[in-house]
Amino acid sequence: MKRALPMVFVFAWMVASPRAYAQNAPTIFIQNATIFTVTQGNIEHGGILIKDGKIAAVGTDLKAPEGAMIIDGTGQFVIPGIIDCHSHIAVDGSVNEGGPAVSSMANIADVLNPDDISIYDDLAGGVTVANVLHGSANPIGGQTIVIKLRWGKPASELPFQGAVPGIKFALGENPKRSGFTPPPGIPDRYPATRLGVEEVIRQAFIEATEYKKQWDDYNTRKTAGEQGLVAPRRNEQLEPLVEVMEGKRYVHSHCYRADEILMLMRVAKEFGFKVRTFQHVLEGYKVADEIAASGAGGSTFSDWWGYKVEAYDAIPYNAALMTERGVVVSINSDDAEEARQLNQEAAKSMKYGGMSANDALKMITINPAIQLGIDKRVGSIEVGKDADLVIYNHNPLSVYAVAQKTLIDGQIYFDRQRDIAGRAALDKEKQGLLDKEKKAAEEKKEEEKKAGEKPAAKPDKKKKPEQKKEPPQSDSVGAIAGGAL
Amino acid sequence: MNRRLTAQFRVRSTRLKFLVATTAASLSLLAMSFVFSARGEGGEPRYFAITHARIVPVSGPVIEDGTVVVAKGLIESVGTSVTISPEAWVIEGKGLTVYPGLIDAGTTVGLAEENGTDSNRAKGGASAPPVLGPEGRPGTSPWRVVADEIKTDDKRIETWRSAGFTTTLTVPEGGILPGQAAVLDLAGNRAGDYVVRVNATVPVSFKPVGGFFGFPDSLMGTIAYVRQVYDDTNWYAQAEPAYQANPTKSERPAYDRTEVVLSEAAKRNEIVMLPANNSVQILRGLRLADEWKLRAVLYGGQQGYEVAAALAAKKMPVLVSLKWPERAKDADPEAEQTLRELRFRDRAPGTPAAFTKAGVKFGFYSDGLPGPKDILKNTKKAIDAGLSPDAALRAFTLDSADILGLSDRLGSIAPGKIANLVVTDGDIFNEKTKVKHVFVDGRWFQIHEEATPPEKPGDKKPSDDGDTNARRYSGVEGAGR
Repeated sequence: MKRALPMVFVFAWMVASPRAYAQNAPTIFIQNATIFTVTQGNIEHGGILIKDGKIAAVGTDLKAPEGAMIIDGTGQFVIPGIIDCHSHIAVDGSVNEGGPAVSSMANIADVLNPDDISIYDDLAGGVTVANVLHGSANPIGGQTIVIKLRWGKPASELPFQGAVPGIKFALGENPKRSGFTPPPGIPDRYPATRLGVEEVIRQAFIEATEYKKQWDDYNTRKTAGEQGLVAPRRNEQLEPLVEVMEGKRYVHSHCYRADEILMLMRVAKEFGFKVRTFQHVLEGYKVADEIAASGAGGSTFSDWWGYKVEAYDAIPYNAALMTERGVVVSINSDDAEEARQLNQEAAKSMKYGGMSANDALKMITINPAIQLGIDKRVGSIEVGKDADLVIYNHNPLSVYAVAQKTLIDGQIYFDRQRDIAGRAALDKEKQGLLDKEKKAAEEKKEEEKKAGEKPAAKPDKKKKPEQKKEPPQSDSVGAIAGGAL
Repeated sequence: MNRRLTAQFRVRSTRLKFLVATTAASLSLLAMSFVFSARGEGGEPRYFAITHARIVPVSGPVIEDGTVVVAKGLIESVGTSVTISPEAWVIEGKGLTVYPGLIDAGTTVGLAEENGTDSNRAKGGASAPPVLGPEGRPGTSPWRVVADEIKTDDKRIETWRSAGFTTTLTVPEGGILPGQAAVLDLAGNRAGDYVVRVNATVPVSFKPVGGFFGFPDSLMGTIAYVRQVYDDTNWYAQAEPAYQANPTKSERPAYDRTEVVLSEAAKRNEIVMLPANNSVQILRGLRLADEWKLRAVLYGGQQGYEVAAALAAKKMPVLVSLKWPERAKDADPEAEQTLRELRFRDRAPGTPAAFTKAGVKFGFYSDGLPGPKDILKNTKKAIDAGLSPDAALRAFTLDSADILGLSDRLGSIAPGKIANLVVTDGDIFNEKTKVKHVFVDGRWFQIHEEATPPEKPGDKKPSDDGDTNARRYSGVEGAGR
C-alpha cells in the first residue's frame, strides 16, 4: 500500500545548500534512554548529545546544553540507524536494464527518485541508509549507489557522500533467465546456463582489461608529449569494470549456490579484484570459510527459502553459521516493505543459531556499514559519527518495538507523533482535492451537455480533422516484475 | 499591369467583404489574378497595411491606434504615423487588435500523424531481433529532418493557422533520438516555403524502446545510451578530422550516421530538447544538460512550480506542455490516488505563473492536444492560476522565438521581423474573441466568421481565379475558436 505521506514535516528542516545538513542541524539532547551503541556496549539511563549533525557525546553523566532540543528517552531504546545492504527503493523506472547481458552502463545514480514514498515508509521502520541496487537480470548489472533516506530532499542530496559506488552482479537462475520464454521469433538472451554466466563475466573483464590498456597506452604517450593523438572512444559499459579492477567500485553479487559463489571468487581473483558482498548468499553457510578468507561480506535473508529451485538448500541458520566462521554478515530486505522490520528480521537469528542480541543488531548496523565501507561514519553510536539514530518504544529486537523517531545527520526525518498529528490535515487536503476534481468533472459534463443542446452546426461547416491522441510524455515505466530476488 | 490600381481595393468593414466600387476595378482584379498565377513575379499581394488598429507588438508598449505595414513577407513599419506605400492593400483595423503570430513550440502539425521512424519500427518490432546494446543504435535516427517530411495537406495546418498559430516547432516522434525538429511557418505553396529553420532542435526522449527483449528497456538504460551516443559523437568529432589530417597514422574511423549527423549538430550548437515533466525529471535534466554541456531546453516542465528557483539559477529555458495532467479516463475508479498525484494535477497550471515569478524563460507547446481550442482553454487555466495574460502572450510569441534562437525574426511586431500576424476582434485569450485575419510570411488569410452571409456575385475575392491560392484564401469557418 502506498500512502501520500507528509513532505510538510520535513520542510521545516529543509535547507538551501546541498552540503549544509550538518551545519543547519539543531543541537539535540536525548536523555534517560537505553542506548545500544552496538560497538561499545549498552548504556542504561544514558544521554546522547547531537551537535552539527554528529554525535558529540554519549554517556550517563551528560547534561543538556542550554538551548538544546530535548528528547525524553525515558523507557525508550536508541540504536544506530538501520542500514539496508540490499534495497531497490527510490528508483525511477525499472530497476533492471535487462536488454544486454552486461548492463553496466546503466546507473542507479541517474534515476534516483526522492519522491518514492518507500523512502518515508522505510524511515518509519528505522532505516537511515540503503544500498540501492540494480536488479538481477544480468550477470553484470548496473551501477549502484548508497543513499541516506533524506526524505524531502532532492535526488542530488540523497547519496551518501564518500561511500564507494558499487555494481550489481548476479549469478544463477535470474541472469540465465530460467523459466523465461521469449515470444516466438525472439531469441533467448545469452547466457542460458551457469557456465554461460561465468563466461559472460570473464569475457566482459577481458574486454575491460583491453580497454584499460588502450587508455593507459594513450595516457603514457600523451604524457610523453606525442602530438596529434586521438583519445580512445569512451565505453560506458566497460568503464565501471575498469573501476572494479582498480578497486574504485564495489561488486555486490546476487547469488544462491555454493558452487557459483566459489566460481565468482575464482573469476575475481583472475582479474585482480575482490567481491565486496555476496548478496542473498543462501548457501553461504556451505562455503563460509572460503567467503571469510576472501574478505567478502555476506548479506542474506533471515528465514526465507524454497521460493525457487536454487533456494531449496537455504536454512535460517545461515546468518549465524556464516558469522561463526568469521564472515561479516548483514541481513537485508531486498524489499521496501520488509525493510520496515529489519530489526525483527535480525532478531530471528537469536532463535535460529542462538546469536547474541548485540550480534543480531550488528547485522543491520555496523556490519552492513563495514560491507559498504562506511563504518567510520555510521553503524554505531560513537562520538564523532553521524547522528543517524532510531528511537524505539521497546527493545528493538522485540516484536513490540515501533520506531518513534528516526534521525539522519542529527535531523529528525521521521517522528511518529508528528506523523499521527498531521494525518487529519493531509486527509482533509486530499479530500478537498478529490472534491475539487469531482466538481470540475461535473461542470465539464454539464457544459458538454449544454453544448450538445445548441442548434446543430451549419451543414457546410468543415469537420474538424480528427487527431490521434498521443500518449502522455512520461519517462517512468513500471518496474518489470521478477528478477529482483 | 499597374499595381497602383490595387490600392483601390480596401478591406473596410469587420465583415471583411471587399467593397468593390467599380466594374473597372473588378476587371482589374481579374486581370491581376491572372498575373498572380505567374509565380516568381511576385504576383500575389505582398503589400498590406492594417490601419487604426490596436497593436500589441509584445516587444514594446501597446499602440492604441496604429498601423502595421507589411511588405514582401516582412514587417516594414509599425506605429501611429507610418507611410503606407501605394501598393498596399489596406485593412481597416478599427476595433481590431493585431498580435504577433502565435508559436506552438512543440507539435507534430505538418507531419504525417504516424511518424515513427522506420528504423525504429524495424528494431522495436516483434519480428526483428532485438537490439542488445548501444552499438545497435536503438530508436535512433537523428538524420531524419522534419523539413524533408512536411505534409502540406495536413488538415491541422489550416486549423492551427486559423486560430492564430502562424508558427510551429514541429517535432519528430518515435524513438530516443527520432530526428531533428524544424521551425515552420504554416503557409506556403510548397513544403519548402514553410521552413523557417531546418535544423532547429534535436529532441531527445528517455522512453525505453527495447521492450523486455532489447536495449534499453529501462529509464536508466536509456539515459546510459544517450550518454554513450554523446561520447561517441564527441569522439567522432575529434577522430575524423585527425584522421583526415593524417591518414597514414591511424586506422580510419568507421562511418556511423548517428555520429556524423550529431557531430554536425553539435558544431552548429543546435538546441537539444531534454524531456523533463515532473520535478525529479527537471532536476535530472538540469544535471544532464550540465554533464553533457548542451545548449539545452527542457520540455514538459509541468511540475516546475516546485523547482522554479533551480531552473532560474541555471537560466534553463523550458517549453511547457499545455496538456495539463488529468486523471486517466479509463482509470480504475476504486484505485487509491496519492496526494502527490492530486497535488500535481491541481497545481500544474500554476507552473507558468511560478516561472514568471522566478524569472524562468518559457514557451508553450500543445503536446498532442486535439486542437487550438484546447490549447487556448488550457492557457486560460494557467491564467486563472496566476499567469498574467501579457506573460502568456509572451510565452506564445517572443519568448518561444527567443528560446528557439529566432527572436531576430519571429515573435514580435517590429520592423524587419517576419510578417506573422494575427488580427482579432478582441483579447486573444478571451474565448469569445474571433480571429479575423492571419498573416503568415506576409501572406494574407481571411478567417471567415460562422455567420458570414452569402457573397454577392460582385464580391469576388482575389482567390476566386488563382487555383494555387484558392485554398489559402478560402479560410476555415469557425475553426479554432
